[in-house]
Amino acid sequence: MTGLDSMEWVGWENFDKILHDPEFWTSVSNTFLIGVISTVPQLLVALGLAHLLNYRLRASTFWRTIILTPYATSVASAALVFALVFRADGGLLNWTLGLVGFDPVNWANGHWTSKLAISIIVIWRWTGYNALIYLAAMQAVPNDLYEAASLDGASRWQQFRKVTIPSLRPTILFTIVISTIGSMQLFGEPLLLEGGAMGATGGNENQYETLSIYLYNYGWNLGHLGPAAAVAWAMLALLLLIAAVNWLIGRYVVRTSDSAVRTGATR
Amino acid sequence: MTMTSPTPTAPVKLAPPPKGSAPHRPSRFRMGAGQQMKGGPFAYIALAVVGFGSLLPLYWTLVAASRTQDEVLASTPPFLPGGKLVENLQTAWEQANLGKAILNSIIVSSSITAATLFFCTLAGYAFAKMRFRGRGWLMTAVIATLTIPPQLSVVPLFMMMSGLGWGGQLESVIFPTLVSAFGVFFMRQYLIEALPYELIEAAKIDGANNFRIVVSVVLPVARPAMMVLGMLTFVQAWNDFFWPYLALNQQNPTLQVALGQLSASYTPDQSIVMAGALISTLPLLAVFVLFGKKIVGGIMSGAVKG
Repeated sequence: MTGLDSMEWVGWENFDKILHDPEFWTSVSNTFLIGVISTVPQLLVALGLAHLLNYRLRASTFWRTIILTPYATSVASAALVFALVFRADGGLLNWTLGLVGFDPVNWANGHWTSKLAISIIVIWRWTGYNALIYLAAMQAVPNDLYEAASLDGASRWQQFRKVTIPSLRPTILFTIVISTIGSMQLFGEPLLLEGGAMGATGGNENQYETLSIYLYNYGWNLGHLGPAAAVAWAMLALLLLIAAVNWLIGRYVVRTSDSAVRTGATR
Repeated sequence: MTMTSPTPTAPVKLAPPPKGSAPHRPSRFRMGAGQQMKGGPFAYIALAVVGFGSLLPLYWTLVAASRTQDEVLASTPPFLPGGKLVENLQTAWEQANLGKAILNSIIVSSSITAATLFFCTLAGYAFAKMRFRGRGWLMTAVIATLTIPPQLSVVPLFMMMSGLGWGGQLESVIFPTLVSAFGVFFMRQYLIEALPYELIEAAKIDGANNFRIVVSVVLPVARPAMMVLGMLTFVQAWNDFFWPYLALNQQNPTLQVALGQLSASYTPDQSIVMAGALISTLPLLAVFVLFGKKIVGGIMSGAVKG
C-alpha cells in the first residue's frame, strides 16, 4: 500500500484516471443494472406480501417473524450460502432446474446471470423487511376509506389500487430511496459470490463488479487510495443524480395519482 | 420533514352505518380490504411459499455445515443434515480465529449500541424539546448526512485510523459509528409526541436541573423507542461488513470479517465455510426466535415514525 505520508497533490489526475478506465464504467453500469434488477421486484413482492400479512391470519406473528429471518442473516453468511446454491455443477438451483429439464447454468460466469444471482441475494435479504414497513403503513390507513370505497362499489383490486397504494405513497417513496441507496453500495454479495481473487475484481470479466468492489480493489487490493477516493466521489455524484431522478419520478407519480384519486380520500 | 399519517380530508366524520343497513351489498365489501379481512387459503399458501424460500438457505447452511466438502459439492446436493457438524464447527473455530471473532463482535456491537442509545437519546431530546439557535438547520444537516454513502468516508477514515495508531484495532470500527443520524432522527420523532412539555416544566418547577430532567423524565419516557433503536443498531453492527472488512485483519477480526476471509483463502473447504456462516448467524437467529414479536413490532413502529 502506498505510504500515507508519501501522498502528494495531483489535482484532477485521479479523477482522470478512473474516468478513462473502462472498468470504472463497467462498474457503473453493473451497479445500475443490479440496482434495478434487485430493487423493482423486491418492492413489488414486498407490497404483495404486506397485503397478505394485512389479512386477519392465524399465527400472524409467526409469519412475520419467518419472513423477517433473512434480515437477521449477515451479508457474508447470505452471500456464502447462495454462492453454493448458485454453483454451476451440483448447485441447489441448477439441480432443481435440472429436474424441470433445464441445462445447468453457469450463474457466476454469465453477464446477466451473475447480476441476477447477486440481485436474488439482495431480494432474499430485504423483501421481508420492506414488507413489514409496508404492512405498518397499511395498518395506519383509516378503515373509513375502505368503507367509503366499497360503498362506491369499488372491488377489492380497485380498493388496493385506489386506496391502499395512494395512502402508502410516502412509505413507497421512502423504501425506494432507501433501497436505491443500499443497492448503490453492494459490496459483500459480489465480493463473496465466487470469493478470492474473482471477488476482488467482480468476476473474470468484471461482469458483476460493483462500484464498491471497484473502490475496494483500487484502494485496498492494489493499494492506491487516491483513485479510490475519486471513486467515492463519483459514487456520491451518481447517488445525487439518481436521487434527482427519483424525486422527479416521485413528483410525477404524485401528480398523476392525485388526479386519478380526486375523491378527496387520500390525503 | 414531517411524516404525518394520512388522514381523511372530509371535515365531518360519519358514524359507520348500522349493520345490515345495506342488505343488497355483499358483506365482504363492507369490511374493506384492510385488517379485518380474513385470509383465505391462497394467502396461507403464498405465505408458506415465501416462508419456505426465506428459511431454505438457512436450513441448507445447516445441511452443508454438517457434511463433508465432497458431499456438499456432489452433483446431487445433500438435503438432510449429516453427522459432521461438531467436527466442522471445531475446524472452523480453529481455522478462522472464531473465538476471538465472536468476542470482538460482541464488544463492537454492544459498545456501538450503548453509545448510539446514549448520544441519540440526548440529541433527539434536544432537537425535540429544547429551543436553541439553529435547531432547524442543524437537524436538516443531520438528516442530510443520511444520503452520504459510507464509501465516501472510508478513505479518509482509513487514513485517520492509521494516524491514530488504530489500524487493525477494534477502535477503528467502534469510534466512527458511536452515533447515527438515523438514531437522532428516530429519537426526536418519538420524543416530540411522547414527551409532553408539561412534564419537563413540572420537573423544572420542582427544581430539577437539565441532567436530572434527562435521567428522571426523558429516559423513562424514551425507553420503548430506545429498545427499538437498540435492536436495530445491534443487528446492523453485528452484520456490518464493508468498513470492518477494510479496517480489520485476520489476526483481529469481527465474525463477519473472519467469515469473509475464511472464504477468501486459497482453497476454502465449503463445509467449513458453512460452519462458520452458521456460527455467525446463530446468535441473531436465536434472538429472533426468542424476541420475534418485539423485533417485528419494533421495525413496524420504526417504519411509521421514520
